[in-house]
Amino acid sequence: MSSTAYTVGRDQAFPWRSALIECAITAFIVLMLAITMVGIHLETVLGGLAIATRFADVGVAVVFAFIGRLALVAMREGHPLPALIGATAAAVLGVFVPPIDIVAAILQALGAEAPTPTPVLQVMQVAGGAILAVRAAWLVWRQRGSAGRRAERGRSLDAFAAGMRGWTTLIGPIAIVFAIALPFIFDNRSRIDLATLVLTYIMLAWGLNIIVGLAGLLDLGYVAFYAVGAYSYALLGTHFGWSFWICLPLAGVLASSAGLILGFPVLRLRGDYFAIVTLGFGEIIRVILLNWFEFTGGPDGISGIARPSFFGLAEFDRSPPEGVTAFHELFGLEYNGIHRVIFLYYLILVLALFVNFVSMRVRRLPIGRAWEALREDDIACQSLGINRRNIKLAAFMFSAGFGGVAGSFFATRQGFISPESFQFIESAIILAIVVLGGMGSQAGIVLAAVLMIGMPEIFRDLEQYRMLAFGALMVVIMVWRPRGLLSHRDPSVRLHPPPPRQLWPFTRLPKPSAAPAEKAAGQ
Amino acid sequence: MTATAGQPLLTVDHLTMRFGGLVAIDDVSFVARPREITAIIGPNGAGKTTVFNCLTGFYKATEGMLTLCRGTRSYLLERMEGHDIASHAGIARTFQNIRLFANMSVLENLLVAQHRVLMAASVGTIAGMFGLPSYRHAERAAIDKARQWLDRVNLTHRADEDAGNLPYGDQRRLEIARAMCSGPALLCLDEPAAGLNPRETHQLNELITGIRDDFGIGILLIEHDMSVVMQISDHVVVLDYGRKISDGTPAEVRADPAVIRAYLGEEEDEGPQSQASAGA
Repeated sequence: MSSTAYTVGRDQAFPWRSALIECAITAFIVLMLAITMVGIHLETVLGGLAIATRFADVGVAVVFAFIGRLALVAMREGHPLPALIGATAAAVLGVFVPPIDIVAAILQALGAEAPTPTPVLQVMQVAGGAILAVRAAWLVWRQRGSAGRRAERGRSLDAFAAGMRGWTTLIGPIAIVFAIALPFIFDNRSRIDLATLVLTYIMLAWGLNIIVGLAGLLDLGYVAFYAVGAYSYALLGTHFGWSFWICLPLAGVLASSAGLILGFPVLRLRGDYFAIVTLGFGEIIRVILLNWFEFTGGPDGISGIARPSFFGLAEFDRSPPEGVTAFHELFGLEYNGIHRVIFLYYLILVLALFVNFVSMRVRRLPIGRAWEALREDDIACQSLGINRRNIKLAAFMFSAGFGGVAGSFFATRQGFISPESFQFIESAIILAIVVLGGMGSQAGIVLAAVLMIGMPEIFRDLEQYRMLAFGALMVVIMVWRPRGLLSHRDPSVRLHPPPPRQLWPFTRLPKPSAAPAEKAAGQ
Repeated sequence: MTATAGQPLLTVDHLTMRFGGLVAIDDVSFVARPREITAIIGPNGAGKTTVFNCLTGFYKATEGMLTLCRGTRSYLLERMEGHDIASHAGIARTFQNIRLFANMSVLENLLVAQHRVLMAASVGTIAGMFGLPSYRHAERAAIDKARQWLDRVNLTHRADEDAGNLPYGDQRRLEIARAMCSGPALLCLDEPAAGLNPRETHQLNELITGIRDDFGIGILLIEHDMSVVMQISDHVVVLDYGRKISDGTPAEVRADPAVIRAYLGEEEDEGPQSQASAGA
């Protein structure tokens, strides 16, 4: 992927020679990579393993790389229109004709054996073509003004994010309404389960965002608080029979205390050291859960965790024990197992919105501003009389408490927990959601969580290529939006009324020279 | 010495700061008074910023006593934590390389400076969370105060922009405004005129003398730009290799042979003597 500034005018002749050399180099790199990663694989055959080859796939990949690079070069040299047409054609062609069929046809014409088809090449062609087409279309759009505009790419993307921000005040309520209506739109258990999973991660990411996005402390062990919350409810519920509704806030308080205890030793650290120590704490919690067999059940975990009742009024069982009302009887409905699923979905929706509400509110309070100031410059913070220790501890406690509440929800939803669920990868995923979404951006986190959690589930059919696509997506996001998808920040307080909201995020930028003046005039 | 022999605001007594074998400040004593601008000057590496760092708690002084008298109370700075020095004793500072909260708005920068007052009003964040009238009142007062400072440094029209997007000179003035919003008794400015053009330097001089006259606080100023130092300071302390070599009014200091030697180099025959004294 090229990161060169797009500054070359389009009136120049197209440099075919250097372009073709560049494409050839790209194709060669792809060939070298693909020949081992794709070209050769092991197959189980009768009596052992055998090496099988997929050289046709490699060939197609090399051709794709060559053509794709050519399109990128064309865009860079100021010819986005041919790239747009070519990429669109490739994408559309890919939808109807799998590329391997073409190869097979050629090979058959040459009298060779037809290769086994691989569906991923078709996906690559369609997705790659579509991405290039979108990119080229964007450039064409920008080019309609003046040719020099393309240097403004970074700024225009930021303006887009700012526009999106204005939009999100409107999209926020729409998203909430959609989230409320979702169980009725998809009357499908697996979709609601997936939405519940996504919402759990949204809640966790909103919680982690307080430490990472606001206070600017890179916490790699967030899953520890999630685990503390989950085990709090699991142990209190199974040993003492405490109700979920008592344990939910209690789990938050306990996780908050854990945050306080873990927070103390790391207070003096910052940057990489802080990250490493929190990573260590996350692992310590998991190792304790794994080894303290008498207390936590060790690797066997805890099973038979009580499901939540309907606010203590009714149970979601078909035939609850004597003296307990069943949910479907309470509302005079037909028994259906999906009631509990929908109830859990709404529960996590409310919890997540609560986290969002609290953290947005706190951001506007002195403590929230102090968190952000700490992220910006902690030395200046100290010189202004801000007690960094207390501020950091408060961030830890808030964040950990929300993680704990999410953990107890997780425990009650699964009914079974074990240390397996609290691996480092969970921390990494939550952190990735925060970073991809744009640190400190609540709407960005929702978008990133849907992409990170929802997409891999939806594209399960891609099998092992799923993770490849996932990685590619992350690389693409980091190349295009290194500060996250929606990284625009609105001040927590304003002296002047905000600029008028624009619902159409594609603003035409003022000319660079006139920009500051117009900005000042707009205030 | 200037004529005003009022009670000193800050008394630095035999301050010594060692980093391992390196003596950055060697037995420096001076006083700063309220309603006065005390300039600390000296060649590069003379230990000026180290004095600031000792005063504001970033370094713990190896030896010596630092006393700040605010009203009837006096604070022993060398025994206090850095954030307490700022919030209780009331020493605010700016930095040689500007340290604004770059991704926060100009107004937010000034509100963070009023953290202590606002935090007390938000009563453990609870009053703030529920938006109680007491907190809302305090917040409005804080915004008013910030607004007054914005007017003073001519940044009102850019209040909602990110501080990092301001031009350099505006950032310098904003940093001073931010330090003043914390309500200090002593303002420490570390090279405020560095990188400013003559017009901006002139504005800065007016800002600093205005603060001295209107708020009656003491100002401690590190500066290389002699046009600033000689014009606005009431009292100048000269450091060289961590020692105080001169102390007095600008005119006295300018005439002091020791100062001229430190700035312009020394005569040939004095070389061995100065080496001996540096080794001592």
